[in-house]
Amino acid sequence: MTVTQTTTKSDADAPAPVEKEHLRRLLATGERPAPPSAFTSARAFAWRSMLKIKHVPEQAFDILLFPIMMLLMFTYLFGGAIAGGTGDYLQFLLPGIMVMSIVMTTMYTGMSVNIDINKGVSDRFRTLPIWRAAPMVGYLLADVFRYAAAGAVMFGTGLVMGYRPEGGATGVLLGVGLLLVFCFSFSWLWTWLGLITRSEKTVMSISMSIMFPLTFLSNIMVDPSTMPGWLQPVVKNTPISQLVDGVRGLFDGNVSTASVATTLIWSAGFIAVFGFLTIRAYNRK
Amino acid sequence: MSQRDLAIRAEGLVKHFKDVKAVDGVDLEVPAGTVYGVLGPNGAGKTTTVRMLATLLRPDAGNATVFGRDLISDAASVRSQVSLTGQYASLDEDLTGFENLVLLSRLYGYGKPAARGRAADLLEAFGLTAASGKQVKAYSGGMRRRLDIAASIIVTPKLLFLDEPTTGLDPRSRNQVWDVVRTIVGEGTTVLLTTQYLEEADQLASRIAVIDTGKVIAEGTPGQLKSSVGAGSIRVRLHHADQRGHAQQILVEALAGEVALDDDPVALTARLAPGHDTAVQGSHALGELARAGILVDDFSLGQPSLDEVFLSLTGKVDA
Repeated sequence: MTVTQTTTKSDADAPAPVEKEHLRRLLATGERPAPPSAFTSARAFAWRSMLKIKHVPEQAFDILLFPIMMLLMFTYLFGGAIAGGTGDYLQFLLPGIMVMSIVMTTMYTGMSVNIDINKGVSDRFRTLPIWRAAPMVGYLLADVFRYAAAGAVMFGTGLVMGYRPEGGATGVLLGVGLLLVFCFSFSWLWTWLGLITRSEKTVMSISMSIMFPLTFLSNIMVDPSTMPGWLQPVVKNTPISQLVDGVRGLFDGNVSTASVATTLIWSAGFIAVFGFLTIRAYNRK
Repeated sequence: MSQRDLAIRAEGLVKHFKDVKAVDGVDLEVPAGTVYGVLGPNGAGKTTTVRMLATLLRPDAGNATVFGRDLISDAASVRSQVSLTGQYASLDEDLTGFENLVLLSRLYGYGKPAARGRAADLLEAFGLTAASGKQVKAYSGGMRRRLDIAASIIVTPKLLFLDEPTTGLDPRSRNQVWDVVRTIVGEGTTVLLTTQYLEEADQLASRIAVIDTGKVIAEGTPGQLKSSVGAGSIRVRLHHADQRGHAQQILVEALAGEVALDDDPVALTARLAPGHDTAVQGSHALGELARAGILVDDFSLGQPSLDEVFLSLTGKVDA
């Protein structure tokens, strides 16, 4: 005979009763402090995101394992065919694949924003007297930490596989810095999408249909000069290709200022346009 | 009533969602320092009204002031006076109860140590200390609701919106929420509470607005509303089925109202005419039955149900 033990959520672990006297005292002392600064409130939201990583560690796998998989797969799958050897190809591929896998993970931000809205927690945030952009900026700040971690993991894996950056430590740090600036700015597209779409599934499918062409039609895997003539100008001028040029140049120690400048202009543009749309959508929700 | 004694004054609030008029011209005057009940069935427009008044939705038409501040042009100032406990717990389920309250305390402007202190105090007052380190997704409905209310009084609001605070709770949790509401009002906060239950509005609110299909269809004190709506009911279960005919005769004579036989062969229900006190009529009826030697197993007084309120106010039965 088996004994099944059932635990119900409701009364099995019944909470202690409400202490009315204590409650009264708290109500009497609940004066409003001065509202937090924009920075403090954004930092509080960033702390919240970090706590989520602690409580839902599964999401770290996505962020850390996915990039390693991409790096290994593409190096050994295409290396021989494209560059005649995996060593040379890794040298070409690493900066690009780092951009690709990290920029791809930015779409999770849009899903998180959407989940907050559907779960009702953002109602609470929206009735608080805080800087309106704070929840989004908080998300993005915590995400920048995650991207930096993913970048470090990929770079470490690359070193083990034989990657050697000509640009030295400074070049690598500047390259990763440029990538993080771009990701932070580009993510405002996702926060906006997260606010205006109905479900996280919609966010996901729209994000995918933007990210796939944008990352594959680029100079990440192959040199655009191997592509048909009509396609080349398109591919060379997407923000992702410009970013990859900049990061690759910084890693290799032969950076062209034009690609870095173009990337920064794109970044400013993303913040200006989608930052504005995000805040407008947030206020009108 | 003068402007300054009003927590909320709303005129002609309208909100459409595509083709649906969710709120269709709602007027409200909520006196400060009281519990005001907004009573109505699902889909009546209660939540939409509350969301507009809490600055979460922009009305399509109409205007409102909260403690004299304009809802639209002075939204930031309204936000500094109100708190909202939504129908679906507005908490982060991945975080623990303690972390939720610390986060929100920080966002209200408390420094780090003060935020931790306030969070711990609130958890204790709400009987949640033991669960403070658990993720909110593991909380029961009643615990979640309490944490949600705790989050709404991190800073004591002048006006607290409670959107269906007891829907889906067991009776004990419901009573605890009622106690909390009474305590909060006792300390001077105005509460606007939406509910589907007449009993809840009756227990807590000093005035009630009945709302249906986006409009206020009746307004007044619970007493006024009930007497205008009328009929309470008295239900009797007899010991012997063969005494039912006799019992019916006695009740018809003793009470102002009609007496119907239930499907249950030992039970019958008397509906009272409007304007009669259910308790007085009930004890009178019970005395008459005893005098006639009829054995009664069970006897209960019923308030008019929300269905009856709607039937009486709108002339239709609301599902």
